[in-house]
Amino acid sequence: MSKEPVAVVGVGQTKHVAARRDVSIAGLVREAARRALDDAELTWADIDAVVIGKAPDFFEGVMMPELYLADALGAVGKPMLRVHTAGSVGGSTALVAANLVAARVHGTVLTLAFEKQSESNAMWGLSLPIPFQQPLLAGAGGFFAPHIRAYMRRSGAPETVGALVAYKDRRNALKNPYAHLHEHDITLDKVMASPMLWDPVRYSETCPSSDGACAMILTDRAGAARAPRPPAWMLGGAMRSEPTLFAGKDFVSPRAGQDCAADVYRQAGITDPRREIDGAEIYVPFSWYEPMWLENLGFAGEGEGWKLTEAGVTELDGDLPVNMSGGVLSANPIGASGMIRFAEAALQVRGQAGEHQVDGARRVLGHAYGGGSQFFSMWLVGAEPPDS
Amino acid sequence: MTSAPGGREIAVVAFAQTAHRRTSDELSEVEMLMPVLHEVLDRTGLKTADIDFTCSGSSDYLAGRAFSFTLALDGVGAWPPISESHVEMDGAWALYEAWTKLLTGDADTALVYSYGKSSPGSVRDVLTRQLDPYYVAPLWPDSVALAALQAQALIDAGDTDEPALAAVAARNRESATANPHAQLQGAVPQGDYLVQPLRTGDCPPIGDGAAAVILAAGDRARELCARPAWIRGIDHRTEAHSLGVRDLTDSPSTRLAAERAGAFERPVDTAELHAPFTAQEIVLRKALRLGDDVHVNPSGGALAANPVMAAGLIRVGEAAARVHLGASDRALAHATSGPCLQQNLVAVLEGEPR
Repeated sequence: MSKEPVAVVGVGQTKHVAARRDVSIAGLVREAARRALDDAELTWADIDAVVIGKAPDFFEGVMMPELYLADALGAVGKPMLRVHTAGSVGGSTALVAANLVAARVHGTVLTLAFEKQSESNAMWGLSLPIPFQQPLLAGAGGFFAPHIRAYMRRSGAPETVGALVAYKDRRNALKNPYAHLHEHDITLDKVMASPMLWDPVRYSETCPSSDGACAMILTDRAGAARAPRPPAWMLGGAMRSEPTLFAGKDFVSPRAGQDCAADVYRQAGITDPRREIDGAEIYVPFSWYEPMWLENLGFAGEGEGWKLTEAGVTELDGDLPVNMSGGVLSANPIGASGMIRFAEAALQVRGQAGEHQVDGARRVLGHAYGGGSQFFSMWLVGAEPPDS
Repeated sequence: MTSAPGGREIAVVAFAQTAHRRTSDELSEVEMLMPVLHEVLDRTGLKTADIDFTCSGSSDYLAGRAFSFTLALDGVGAWPPISESHVEMDGAWALYEAWTKLLTGDADTALVYSYGKSSPGSVRDVLTRQLDPYYVAPLWPDSVALAALQAQALIDAGDTDEPALAAVAARNRESATANPHAQLQGAVPQGDYLVQPLRTGDCPPIGDGAAAVILAAGDRARELCARPAWIRGIDHRTEAHSLGVRDLTDSPSTRLAAERAGAFERPVDTAELHAPFTAQEIVLRKALRLGDDVHVNPSGGALAANPVMAAGLIRVGEAAARVHLGASDRALAHATSGPCLQQNLVAVLEGEPR
């Protein structure tokens, strides 16, 4: 028996900011869920199950917060699942929810991911104490900077490429009302003059620390037929994981990422992603990860990703726009960041992306990764249902 | 109808667990888990590369570090890269996620595992961090105190009394004498009040442990296991978090999950209930309408071994193992999460007629 096609009929986000002191965690997630329901013109009673995701519980200091959030998300009397797959969790959560529809376990599912970073300090939450790790790293930047340097050495990319990515994403964010950073006076010079944090990653090439939530309503064909606005159809979705450290691991272009993308393209019948995909929301927490992931995802050959960035191909009006929303570099509620990529991809193919809409976007990729470049989750959504 | 919506038959084909112990100081989580993973694979003759999907359940708050599950993944041998997911829940919910993955037809086999080490900290205090962070957690009401509220509510309602609770404890630990993995076996003194009306005997042992299960679909299950434990239905439901709005003497979420899993369609002969506290078994028996003829917790249940995050998956594994052995034809497995049975999962497992 074939799988039930899965459609996105509702998307909701909070305005991502450094600190939402006006709401509790429950208030934050409910705001995003309410907006997704409004977008789909549905009520809490239409939801069969809730699938929630977030990054480590230490980020808010609440163990398994889905227990406390059951009431706020209308989950009482319903199934509620809590996913945690590191930074990729927002994407994984959407895929777990999609499986419930694809397997015909449920007709309509609310999926949501959040982080309220202001409740704690994520950088130190990520800096593991002895005996788990040697005390050499401070936050994710300390972990990823050496791998970026490896990419620069391997590809011969000029040192300016990272700043170009940041300058583009921060300008895109000005067109997205939900983005955390709205730097109206941003210039390339300002990016390049910002302080060096983890060489070669400058302050302006780093994601912010955000409070925010993102929600989607996923449904089956019958649900999509009732939707008030065009649905986004899931054409392919996959997760892949590999160990953190092992002899021969390629941190620059991990095989788990390549395999995950290949699986998604196979499901969607994509043979030439560069030509057949109209845009991508890629998890880029540090500027240089744009060219690195362009290669890992098959949009560019090995060592060629930076050339796309440099040539303006990934600009909003380019041939392959990347992070039209401003990306993780402009808003990073960690656990939600992956789901925002998935949701922004859906908004594009629904034609609902507002000022950062790519004209005629028919197929858009949503991507998330996490851990030590080891957990990947991706989906490809389209304006037309699968096999049509 | 939640049971087998895709029409695809899925079974538990193998189960393995650690010997659960008060402490495992000398072992990391990965070291504790590895033998269990090897054992469950050996039972089926499968290798890591033969597994289509892997899903685990664990908690960073028990491990005391963020991303603790990433180290466990190293133990799985995720190379070449694997299709894998993780829930920050008891492993029973990881099994549920794997079940949905198999239903879609994207996978024919799944490895599910979970683990928890309660020994490094004070698990009573750790579990207070699950509570409403603004209004309840600052008061640090611990898990035993909350369970005592539930027990007192049951006594006040006339549903049980202290001797009946003591009998539940004694029966479970007597059953555990046949379970080499159990932490507490045989006659255990009821002891003093820990939090009235609960005595030490009414409470689960604190300990470390891990468990793993293999799921397989259709003919693949029949190849891997002489008598697969077919999942006829599985469902889970949550309740309100605030204890003040719940009737602690009842478990409507368990009853609803059981209905959706088809548990009431025909009687079960065996039930593995995840009731860490004696009074909770009383609540669950009522919600699940289990008669005296049902063999409840042949393993000794969570009163004999309660490795947090694995104890629910162990209930499914124990129920499946009874079916594998031919000791049960239709078994119910239950898992719980949250204070006073807030969230509950029910699975119905059946063996083919002999």
